[in-house]
Amino acid sequence: MTQLKLSDVGKTYGGSVEVLKDINLDIDTGELIVFVGPSGCGKSTLLRMIAGLEQISSGQLEIDGQLVNDVPPAQRGIAMVFQSYALYPHMTVRENMAFALKLANKGKAEIDAAITRAAKMLQLEPYLDRLPKALSGGQRQRVAIGRSIVRDPKVFLFDEPLSNLDAALRVATRIEIAQLKEQMPDRTMIYVTHDQVEAMTLASRIVVLANKGIAQVGTPLELYERPNSEFVAQFIGSPAMNLMPGEVIATGTQTRVRLEGGGEALSDYPTTDSDMGLKVNVGVRPEDFIETDEAMLFEGQVDITEKLGEVTLLYFNRTEDDPVIAKLPGVHRGMRGQAVRLTAAPDKIHLFASGQSLLYR
Amino acid sequence: MHPAILGLVTIAIGVGGCVGYFYLSNMVLDHVIFPARGPNAGKNINRANQIRPWLFLFPALFALCLYLAYPVVETLRLSLTDRDADGAFVGLANYTQMMSEAKFWEAMRNNMLWLIVVPALSTAFGLLAAQLTDRIRWGNLAKSLIFMPMAISFVGAAVIWKLVYDARPAGTDQIGILNAVYIWMTGAEPQTWLTLPFWNSFFLMAVLVWIQTGFAMVILSAALRGIPEETVEAAIVDGAGPMQIFFKIKVPQIKSTIMVVWTTITLVVLKVFDIVFAMTNGQWETQVLANYMYDKLFRSNDWGVGSAAAMVIMLLVLPILIWNVRNARQEMR
Ligand SMILES: Nc1ncnc2c1ncn2[C@@H]1O[C@H](COP(=O)(O)OP(=O)(O)O)[C@@H](O)[C@H]1O
Ligand SMILES: [Mg+2]
Repeated sequence: MTQLKLSDVGKTYGGSVEVLKDINLDIDTGELIVFVGPSGCGKSTLLRMIAGLEQISSGQLEIDGQLVNDVPPAQRGIAMVFQSYALYPHMTVRENMAFALKLANKGKAEIDAAITRAAKMLQLEPYLDRLPKALSGGQRQRVAIGRSIVRDPKVFLFDEPLSNLDAALRVATRIEIAQLKEQMPDRTMIYVTHDQVEAMTLASRIVVLANKGIAQVGTPLELYERPNSEFVAQFIGSPAMNLMPGEVIATGTQTRVRLEGGGEALSDYPTTDSDMGLKVNVGVRPEDFIETDEAMLFEGQVDITEKLGEVTLLYFNRTEDDPVIAKLPGVHRGMRGQAVRLTAAPDKIHLFASGQSLLYR
Repeated sequence: MHPAILGLVTIAIGVGGCVGYFYLSNMVLDHVIFPARGPNAGKNINRANQIRPWLFLFPALFALCLYLAYPVVETLRLSLTDRDADGAFVGLANYTQMMSEAKFWEAMRNNMLWLIVVPALSTAFGLLAAQLTDRIRWGNLAKSLIFMPMAISFVGAAVIWKLVYDARPAGTDQIGILNAVYIWMTGAEPQTWLTLPFWNSFFLMAVLVWIQTGFAMVILSAALRGIPEETVEAAIVDGAGPMQIFFKIKVPQIKSTIMVVWTTITLVVLKVFDIVFAMTNGQWETQVLANYMYDKLFRSNDWGVGSAAAMVIMLLVLPILIWNVRNARQEMR
């Protein structure tokens, strides 16, 4: 069931600086939607418009079928977790969590019950009477989450909640958030991050934002396997997908492309006769490359290798316009300076013309 | 010599003297007393570095001793001697004499009133002004206007406010704005505001509140700006209204700054002198401690009781001062 509906939503600052435009998005009850995109693309702005902290410049926002453009934040049934936690520094953990409930004139018994439940969920029981400054970063983050849980909102909003934590804690807290979501299957969460690993691991659906709008919406694997544009293809996955220019030389249910580097690629992307001679970019993810002695897609001399143990990264054409990276499983020694031939399976080869995927035409 | 030139020369000598002192004394230390040469070079460098702070602190310490520490001790001594007995030691006689004077107790009472009213009102108005001018476009202009009285000397302010309270005989045109408003509103006879016992003290306090509000506003405005915006937004999402945000989120977060402002103004109040001196000179029951001290010291030439009054003022100021310094230090950490 659709819970949040954004129709042609746009944001303009100060009458002239357009940050977002024409955002159309339906979010169902119980989803964990992740907004991802490069820094400054308007993720926080979109989230804050949903929260009601930022005026919606154009378009409509509906929550549960009700137009809420002009409804104050507290009455939208949402709770928000901020990047810097935004705990009230002069209140204990308990008071932080109780604040919203007291403002809503809830009874003492009810408040205590809600706090006890949230504290148990987040293992905060020993810290209830501490001030935020006496807590570690991870604990503060959990208090911030606890503060949103006690209000039992319909929609949780998270703005880069893990970006202030160190790497190990980030992974642990990420998993905690995933578990939290499982305990509350009927609650909707909207989660903002610039980290595509967080997006891939948490999301039921990812919304990629770019160029003031939505670049693509889909499940993590949809975005990984069938990106609709070069931007999404390169944004999801690390290292980014390689793009190599070429020309279509055979069409049909499969498409054959001759690459400018001299190789040839066969892709499962279907094309029609009119695509003959089309200039395309062939996209191959580094991890989809395989070494070959036969017909190759790409051939080059290894500039540098990075041996990570589980995989080895090979860098080609580093100084040129179209650098290529390959990721081979396992350890490969002494490959630097050697000529290597690479190819990839047809279902792993993506085709783009003028930035857009040939799959979505 | 022309006073302006004299002033410039004084500044030149003063600044030049300071620079010269630090430069030359440092050179003497490094090259003559502990030269960084010869067999003891390393040891000499360490020793020079140990002495250097004292060398640089010396002028300040010297001035502090001469102008602060010595006068305190001397005042204490004078407060225990008697002028009639040619400066003989009389114990606490001056203090007992002072305690038996009605004027002293009037000054004490007034000082306590000032102590409650002025810091409270200045801080409250300052906080209000800081909050209200925070978000509006002409806020900075408003702030400058409110801050401006800080630049006026207390005596200057007293003169201005004397005009505000000015009273002309009934029937003639009033130049005092308070009387003008009063007559316009009530149609009654003009009042000589500064001679109305009890209330006149509050009219004097208004002058200091007028001056100190700007100070409180500037400090509190900076503190308000320092509050993380996200805590305010979190409160909005939590359902707090403007009043609740101000009193439950903002004010508690700047509580320590409010206390510092409050106590700083308290110190000013305890020493208040110029305003009372220039406006009523302590008549009509407006006496305060500092003016009482001045009366004794320079009008009755009774250095004993005058010094005793000075000691009382110092004793009252001291605990607040210590608390304030401690708080400020904690703030910095
Ligand atoms: N108050 C504002 N006035 C003008 N521009 C703003 C304002 N807030 C944000 N922006 C601009 O909007 C864009 C999107 O910001 P934001 O939503 O914070 O990006 P993200 O969270 O994706 O990093 C940025 O380019 C930023 O400069
Ligand atoms: Mg952001």
